[in-house]
Amino acid sequence: MSKKAKARVKIPKSIKAGQPFEVKTLISHKMETGLRKDKKTGKKVPRHILNKFVAKINGEEVFSADWHPAVSANPYTSFYTVANNSGAMELSWTDDKGVIFLKNVKIKVE
Amino acid sequence: MKFYKFSIVTLFLAVTLLIFKDVSADSWGKYQAGDRRSGYTYATLETRAIQDDDFANPAFLWFEVGEAQWNKVQGSKGKSCASCHGEAELSMAHVGSSYPKFDLEKQKPINVELRINKCRTEHMGAKPFKYESKNMLGTTIYVKAQARGSVINTDFSGAMLPWFEKGKTFYYQRRGQLDMSCANCHEENAGNMIRANRLSEGQVNGFPTFRLKWQKPGSLHRRFRGCNKQVRSKPYKYGSDEYLALETYVMYRARNLPVETPAVRN
Repeated sequence: MSKKAKARVKIPKSIKAGQPFEVKTLISHKMETGLRKDKKTGKKVPRHILNKFVAKINGEEVFSADWHPAVSANPYTSFYTVANNSGAMELSWTDDKGVIFLKNVKIKVE
Repeated sequence: MKFYKFSIVTLFLAVTLLIFKDVSADSWGKYQAGDRRSGYTYATLETRAIQDDDFANPAFLWFEVGEAQWNKVQGSKGKSCASCHGEAELSMAHVGSSYPKFDLEKQKPINVELRINKCRTEHMGAKPFKYESKNMLGTTIYVKAQARGSVINTDFSGAMLPWFEKGKTFYYQRRGQLDMSCANCHEENAGNMIRANRLSEGQVNGFPTFRLKWQKPGSLHRRFRGCNKQVRSKPYKYGSDEYLALETYVMYRARNLPVETPAVRN
């Protein structure tokens, strides 16, 4: 299952071919660690985090990360990458329930 | 001999100058008003960096929720906030710096949260937001952030004066099992460590603030409740008269500081 992500993504307006540029991303997620207890029932709240982040440019994977319970809620990620052609950057976050949050950003290479 | 005297005087001068330089480095520009400093100046460099970059500031996720709420038609009268107020950038430019204001119908001061709910129930025919809900925090952040950078100048004259006095009494009143007042920490010990945290002056110019401990933004009244619980006194309700009076007084303490909503604190 895939959903449109409530995420903020920022890339430079113009990118030079072959030159590195910074991609900044921020997504809204509660990132439940699985270690917290429900105060009323005393039972553990099941783990529910984003465990995989992948960035693709025109279908080619350029960055990926495995996330673990220590990552904060509403995780912020930034990374550098290069692009040679204009097109689309596809960002996806996968959570423990198998839901994939997708965000597409257009990139313009000069 | 004369040379030695001269060099000692020079050394003395240099040291004095160095000390003075240190003092001047302590001035915080817009984050300081007189002898009062925003909580920003007590935060660590890393926390400040998150606040300085609007993109890295996670509270802007809630800002976007608020923006969507602003334009969403809701309620029986088929209106959104924007139907009456238009562009928030213009119509809400002075809200964050001037609330709480006296409400003639309720005969008490109301803050931005209560004002939003008043608009929703009376003018939109919609359900009020629950205090501390995602929509309430989002809309409050969206409205107050329009005044970001402008200086707090709440009006305390007329009917607000008794509430200001009531809030001041609350601020200096010892309470709870630990028998502490707000002033014990935030005036007498501002800048000192309380366990691993640095106490600030408790300035409220950045609320609703994204607190890293909470991992989400929280309203001023949530902060009040937290402080009250920490001195082991029974907290009052969200939007209660006691907290509205206290909010009126702490806005006086924050006078002339810039609105920083949504600020980031540890």
